[in-house]
Amino acid sequence: MSAAPSRSLTPRSASAAPRATQDPAWARWLLTGVALLFVVLFLVLPLVAVFTEALRRGVGAYLAAFTEADALSALRLTLLTALIAVPANLVFGVAAAWAIAKFNFFGKSLLLTLIDLPFAVSPVISGLIYVLIFGLQGWCGPYLVSGAHPWLGSWLNAHDIQIIFAVPGIVLATVFVTFPFVARELIPLMQAQGTDEEYAAITLGASGWQTFRRVTLPNIKWGLFYGVILCNARAMGEFGAVSVVSGHIRGETNTLPLHVEILYNEYNFVAAFAVASLLALLALATLILKSLVEWRYSRVLESSKVGA
Amino acid sequence: MNVKSILFLLFGITAALGASAKDVQLLNVSYDPTRELYVEFNKAFAAHWLAQTGDTVTVKQSHGGSGKQARGVIDGLPADVVTLALGGDIDPIASLAKLLPTDWQTRLPHNSSPYTSTIVFLVRKGNPRHINDWDDLVRSGVSVITPNPKTSGGARWNYLAAWAYAKRHQGGDEAAQRFVAALFKNVPVLDSGARGSTTTFVQRGIGDVLLAWENEAFLALKEFGADAFEIVVPSLSILAEPPVALVDRVVDRRGTRTVAQAYLEFLYSEKGQDIIGRHFYRPSEPAAIAKYGRQFPQVELVTIASEFGGWAAVQQIHFADGGVFDQIYAK
Amino acid sequence: MHPASESIDPRTDLEIRDKPVPRGSGRSVLPGFGLSLGYTIFYLSLIVLVPLSAAFLKTAGMSWAEFSAAVFSPRVVAAYRMSFGASLAAAGANAVFGLVLAWVLVRYPFPGRRVVDALVDLPFALPTAVAGIALTQLYGVHGWIGSWFEPLWAKAVGAAPWLSWVGTKIAYDRPGVFLALTFIGLPFVVRTLQPVLEELEPELEEASATLGASRWQTITRVLLPELAPALLTGFALSFARALGEYGSVVFISGNMPYRTEIVPLLIITKLEQYDYHGATALAVVMLVASFVLLLVINLLQKWSRRHHRI
Repeated sequence: MSAAPSRSLTPRSASAAPRATQDPAWARWLLTGVALLFVVLFLVLPLVAVFTEALRRGVGAYLAAFTEADALSALRLTLLTALIAVPANLVFGVAAAWAIAKFNFFGKSLLLTLIDLPFAVSPVISGLIYVLIFGLQGWCGPYLVSGAHPWLGSWLNAHDIQIIFAVPGIVLATVFVTFPFVARELIPLMQAQGTDEEYAAITLGASGWQTFRRVTLPNIKWGLFYGVILCNARAMGEFGAVSVVSGHIRGETNTLPLHVEILYNEYNFVAAFAVASLLALLALATLILKSLVEWRYSRVLESSKVGA
Repeated sequence: MNVKSILFLLFGITAALGASAKDVQLLNVSYDPTRELYVEFNKAFAAHWLAQTGDTVTVKQSHGGSGKQARGVIDGLPADVVTLALGGDIDPIASLAKLLPTDWQTRLPHNSSPYTSTIVFLVRKGNPRHINDWDDLVRSGVSVITPNPKTSGGARWNYLAAWAYAKRHQGGDEAAQRFVAALFKNVPVLDSGARGSTTTFVQRGIGDVLLAWENEAFLALKEFGADAFEIVVPSLSILAEPPVALVDRVVDRRGTRTVAQAYLEFLYSEKGQDIIGRHFYRPSEPAAIAKYGRQFPQVELVTIASEFGGWAAVQQIHFADGGVFDQIYAK
Repeated sequence: MHPASESIDPRTDLEIRDKPVPRGSGRSVLPGFGLSLGYTIFYLSLIVLVPLSAAFLKTAGMSWAEFSAAVFSPRVVAAYRMSFGASLAAAGANAVFGLVLAWVLVRYPFPGRRVVDALVDLPFALPTAVAGIALTQLYGVHGWIGSWFEPLWAKAVGAAPWLSWVGTKIAYDRPGVFLALTFIGLPFVVRTLQPVLEELEPELEEASATLGASRWQTITRVLLPELAPALLTGFALSFARALGEYGSVVFISGNMPYRTEIVPLLIITKLEQYDYHGATALAVVMLVASFVLLLVINLLQKWSRRHHRI
């Protein structure tokens, strides 16, 4: 987005009737002021508050929060979760975008709505459904404990298969809440690009896979990257859904956002905000990366537009 | 990566987590205020177990609101032992999930409660609102902080202590209900757990008085300074018995019964009782009571069994959906 | 001026003129239709549809009386009011301030614009629990903003007692819920409006001015109608997101029954009382609401696309 405005601004300021499309100075100042005040009150101050609280006892206490064993294991679990959830949704996103953008079929709108659904579902509900399925009182739960299926192999029968209150449940809940992100980025992009280039490639004798790799992928790579960044940020930051299925076992099933809550509940406010600031830094890094991608991305498109 | 390989990976991880437990691992699922207690106790038990058997034991901890934790165990959180805020939260683990027998509370001494506690008031230094007893909490303009009794074990003790006081001093259950309703009118924030309430009172500066576990009140003085808060002991309170229990189905499945049983029994040992006393819980063994008794204020304590007829009745009458607590809030 | 080009914005399909694509797999030379659609449907079923159907099946085991008792009890109805009311208010605030912000970002160059533009996405990326704690810290009685705002507010409530319906303080009362929901919904309005604003043709405004309209008339009669579909979409997205929000709200709301209790919190409360049926029944109500909202959003986007083709 950041690079986009300059495109539209340049021709307008040189336009023939500037007074007609420009607002009076006082209005510009007022609106800019309102917008900035809003941004400061809602976005900047919370961010500043996190870092102020985190550094309240100095840099030493701040850094100490990250070297603690439970914080490290929370970090590891968060990274592992993202490492599984993001690629899984990436593959899905590409497949869904290919089917939806390149072909017409019955029920496309419904499919699009269903893909969006996890985004509008309350995180609490996303956690609840996995409890209903894998909980000990749920559908599958009773069959997952050891001794429940003597007809299966001895290994399976001798071990509990722990889904919720363990890593698989946390991963599943995360996959659910980050489900639409990549697909949502790619579908409009690939719809806009149409199918001409792929047709040409196929006609010239390329295989399907070659066409995808040499023609489609270069066209969508920035959108893809952009979706992955957002998906990753959400995967690492999810709280509500993960909280329902985590079990809060210290050093084992706590992700970073849950660790923040635990530290907060232990009156360890400095450490809580320190870990929170790590997540905020992650958010900031995401935003910077995203701006860079957008900048690259708009330049690529700009040049392709000039070429066309 | 396709779905199959993801599933494979998921199961792989699960298996790895299960298989790596060469030394014994226990999971103790507990409620909010016991974090510090069990950090120290687990270390002591590990040393004790190593000396006695040569095995290393790691006790994993999970803390949260008592009701939330019980729900976790019912849904399959593999707790070897539960140490919750009240018997009423272990009962459903027995009755709903059938993970332990319903007579679990008779299996260990003192109603399976190796430590007890009570409910006291934490006020701001100098007690500016002159809060001395339960009556002062229903005065208009006094702001009372307590968690939500629906989700917090501690809050249920708060509620019942107030009820018992009003029943005693104002005569009858109806008067008690009016009294408790008036008290909850003065509550501006209902956090879901005891720790949330303490943070609201101490850190956010909301409220004139915090209804707290005695051990939480002592801990708050230690953590946040005795120059900022003081403890007020009401004329009557309730004997809070946070019980512990072995989760039979889990320990039998995992083969941890012996060590889990030893873990709970160690709570009653001299060492265990000592740690309990140092963390401001009231010990239950006579020797430790003699040693730590003086740090606790003398206060008349009623019990759940004698005053309310046990947790099953309390849960049904007061905290079930549509029960007395809900009626208080229904306009 | 070049004619309207295709949208290049990755975030929305508002502006996209779809190129014609082949109908059905049989007539297309492009490969992979069966595979990609098959995998899409398989994965969608596995991750979304089957788990969600668990909620519906669970409630299917309830009688209608049980179901309606669970979803229409007075406390639950009060929570619907709170959830829907606060989400509406927050989405409304976001529509107004998001419009201003998007307008300023697209039309007025000012130093630091890129930074502000990047910051708009912060609520997407910041974990909601962190947001909730930070907002409570700021807007509580002793917070940077709360400490000077609350005395003012207390005076205002003294002068106009009806204000206490809104709340007697910011954090731990209704305004706190509103704040948290506004925070998490902000990017949606800005990000749906920005591309549309960028693509707006200056000819429209010029023509309007040439025909003698004042700037105000141009804005209200020409620009706003042009922006309306995108604005509504942003509003609806922000509303849908607010409705389900849990993490940030529990820290700041005070969680008072009949006053600041939201539906997701009630679901958790019921779950913690082992009332699986009650929790699931509420979840089903919210799921249906989300689904309807999404359908409306998709229709809005279709409408807006058609609107822009003319």
